Amino acid sequence: MRFKEKVIEKLLLVTALSAIGVLALIIIFIFKEGSPIMVKVGIPHFILGEKWSPSKGIFGILPMIVGSIWVTVGALVVGLPLGLGCAIFLAEMAPARAGMVLKPAVELLAGIPSVVYGFIGLVVLVPFIRNVLGGPGFSVLASAIVLGIMILPTITSISFDALKAVPKAYRDGMLALGATRWQTIRMVLLPAAKPGIVAAVILGMGRAIGETMAVIMVAGNATIIPTSILAPVRTLTSNIALEMGYAAGDHRQALFATGVILFVIIAILNLLARWVAAGRVSE
Amino acid sequence: MGNKVISPGEAGVAQAGQAQDGQPGFSRGMVGISNARGAGTNQAPPDIKVSIRELRFYYGKLEALKGITMDIRKNELLTIMGPSGSGKTTLLRSLNRLGDLIAGTSVSGQVLVDGKDIYGPGVDVAELRRRIGMVFALPVVLPMSIYDNVAYGPRKRGIKRRALLDEIVEQALRAAILWDEVKDRLRDHAGRLSGGQQQRLSIARVLAVQPEIIMLDEPTSGLDPISTLRIEELLHELVERYTVILVTHNPLQAARVGGDVAFFLLGELVERAPAGVIFTSPRDKRTEDYITGKFG
Amino acid sequence: MTRKRDERARDRAMTGVFMAATVLTIGLLVYIVVYILQKGLHVVTPAFLLESPTEMGRAGGIYPAIIGTIAVTGLAILIAAPVGVATAVFLTEYTHESAVSRLIRFGTENLAGIPSIIFGLFGFLFFVIYLDLGWSIISGALTLAAMILPTIVRTSEEAIRAVPTAYREISYALGSTRWQTVTGAVLPSAVPGIVTGIILAVGRGIGETAAVIFTAGASLGIPASIFDPVRTLPVHFYILAREGISMENAYGTAAVLIVVILLINIGAYWAMNRFAAKSNV
Repeated sequence: MRFKEKVIEKLLLVTALSAIGVLALIIIFIFKEGSPIMVKVGIPHFILGEKWSPSKGIFGILPMIVGSIWVTVGALVVGLPLGLGCAIFLAEMAPARAGMVLKPAVELLAGIPSVVYGFIGLVVLVPFIRNVLGGPGFSVLASAIVLGIMILPTITSISFDALKAVPKAYRDGMLALGATRWQTIRMVLLPAAKPGIVAAVILGMGRAIGETMAVIMVAGNATIIPTSILAPVRTLTSNIALEMGYAAGDHRQALFATGVILFVIIAILNLLARWVAAGRVSE
Repeated sequence: MGNKVISPGEAGVAQAGQAQDGQPGFSRGMVGISNARGAGTNQAPPDIKVSIRELRFYYGKLEALKGITMDIRKNELLTIMGPSGSGKTTLLRSLNRLGDLIAGTSVSGQVLVDGKDIYGPGVDVAELRRRIGMVFALPVVLPMSIYDNVAYGPRKRGIKRRALLDEIVEQALRAAILWDEVKDRLRDHAGRLSGGQQQRLSIARVLAVQPEIIMLDEPTSGLDPISTLRIEELLHELVERYTVILVTHNPLQAARVGGDVAFFLLGELVERAPAGVIFTSPRDKRTEDYITGKFG
Repeated sequence: MTRKRDERARDRAMTGVFMAATVLTIGLLVYIVVYILQKGLHVVTPAFLLESPTEMGRAGGIYPAIIGTIAVTGLAILIAAPVGVATAVFLTEYTHESAVSRLIRFGTENLAGIPSIIFGLFGFLFFVIYLDLGWSIISGALTLAAMILPTIVRTSEEAIRAVPTAYREISYALGSTRWQTVTGAVLPSAVPGIVTGIILAVGRGIGETAAVIFTAGASLGIPASIFDPVRTLPVHFYILAREGISMENAYGTAAVLIVVILLINIGAYWAMNRFAAKSNV
């Protein structure tokens, strides 16, 4: 009996370590496959090179790094006001019952596959931008809007929880002083919920920068640094997905190296999120 | 059961004195201490079921039991009385090592059950907990049928045969004076029972694993007066076959139940004496203050 | 007094703004769903669901993609669910806060933050090439399993932590071992929450594209074993739409995906609320 218990405990421990094991495997394999080409090209040249021309053996991913930053910032510009506004309304203004029904509805947005978002962007948004604002339609703007909508559930849901976690006494105290609801939200609730909201923003950024399929379909994917929001753009993720199908040799390694850069950016964002979350605990 | 060498009353007084003086003056106490931890069985007299020696229990750095020394005899009904925070529940949890489950706790001293240190090496903790049954303060049923609640323990001990389980369940429910009320609805969810019935079900659940000692932690705290009386009557039946330790904060309950009463305060054993003695002539001022309702 | 009136007006205005944000968000959800269903639902006939595609998907149905999706997602759940639940059990029942538990948490939390394209790259390198499993159901399922593992760990852990401590104490006090307590007193009460988490993971797996396209392949054949390549619904949809093969069939495939995922998510919420209500009785 005791032997059996010991065996079970060890089995559970080993199983529980599989997540960290997979994480380690991912890091090892991606870095092992991606780093030789970076060394060969030279890391500064790889990161800061403005030309991506695999057939000529030229691997510079600066356009994709800039592209990822553009669309991610754009996604926040679209998604943050909308998501935060939605969270504030559902948490503080809507009747409790409406909040209980509508929050899951917003979270349902997260369940829609990313290809479907991309597809809607492709058939609705891209033609709209082309016809109304000009340009090819496939653009930073289209990517930012699609990604902005995709990160809405993340931002809404986490901000909602952060607002709900503010002690009720804060709210009641302000309202008792004769403050309006908006004054209460602006002066007390938002400052109190700030760490949670910042965490929501960082997680939303992580989702936006890591998104692949939706962006591919609306971004245009040109390997040049975009000069306007109506210009086409290629992100790090798209770069990988677009060319993995046929890449070989150095080219393939360069795609894995693109993955390494993406991985590092995500890791920094994760650390940032953890740091913010830790700050929330200690406060 | 063991033959009683010393009559309960005498032994109780003697041990109360011993505990209060804080020195193990009796030979059996010496045996308990001189025998180093893990030495296996030793020569405790047959009428001593549990022997607690200088037991200290810590939640992190907080000392919840401050060196308890006390003996509990076979087939004794011992009431541990004290206000909240006095260490009563902690004492119970250190006797069946349920305190092990809480992070950051530690224990020093000895608890000898049948002369064997339960904190020694090679102790089968699961088997120890089976031998020392525990009924918790609030009646809690496992989310399953009445039958399955009682059969839970036996099943975990590997008893699978239906007829045998049926018999164990019936006996346990009869012993807990619950059988007549539930015999026609053993398959009902146990959550449908009243609070008093749930608490008797908890007792039946413990009886079903054939314990030697039964500890009850404020078993009537959530119950109405009639259910409380039924549980108290049940205690007297249980003590015929088991060693029973009752924890209560209520001096009236301690007086009603009878037997020895040990008064705990802030993790210390203040004094121990038969109920008749402690409520009429307490030796310690703190005991007197408590039973007369000055605090607690 | 004018200041106060200003504040009131501002309050009303901001309420309007936030309500507009909410209406817009919910409106987008409704718009996307209705748009896809309106354009795609009429394509979805029994034949569409049960026939193989012809001319690369220009005509015919999506039967192989349905089979592929079920196979990859189903196998991924079969792998990830036991591992995820075991991890949650270890974290909640077998260890207090310790170096080991922090390491495990570090693993699951960081795994959760990795983009699906990285999982796709890894799955391709490790399962397809290194372990030589090729583009196959098993490669796709293992990759997907790694991706949904953190979700299952987190939801299972929440469900297990929500089981009253009293159940554990009762079980231990009756002389049960740790494992007996886990299986007898803890898991039965946690099952609804665990199942809800698994359902949500299924929803996520069914819709995943980037992690699957480089690991399970894009074959339109009917697989004979888990070592055969398949094409899942989102991959099929992506290829149809992006290559412009057939918008008609793309809408139909999207409609199937949307309906299935909405049903799964609504089912999970329904299950969660139902069990929550039940446990309050």
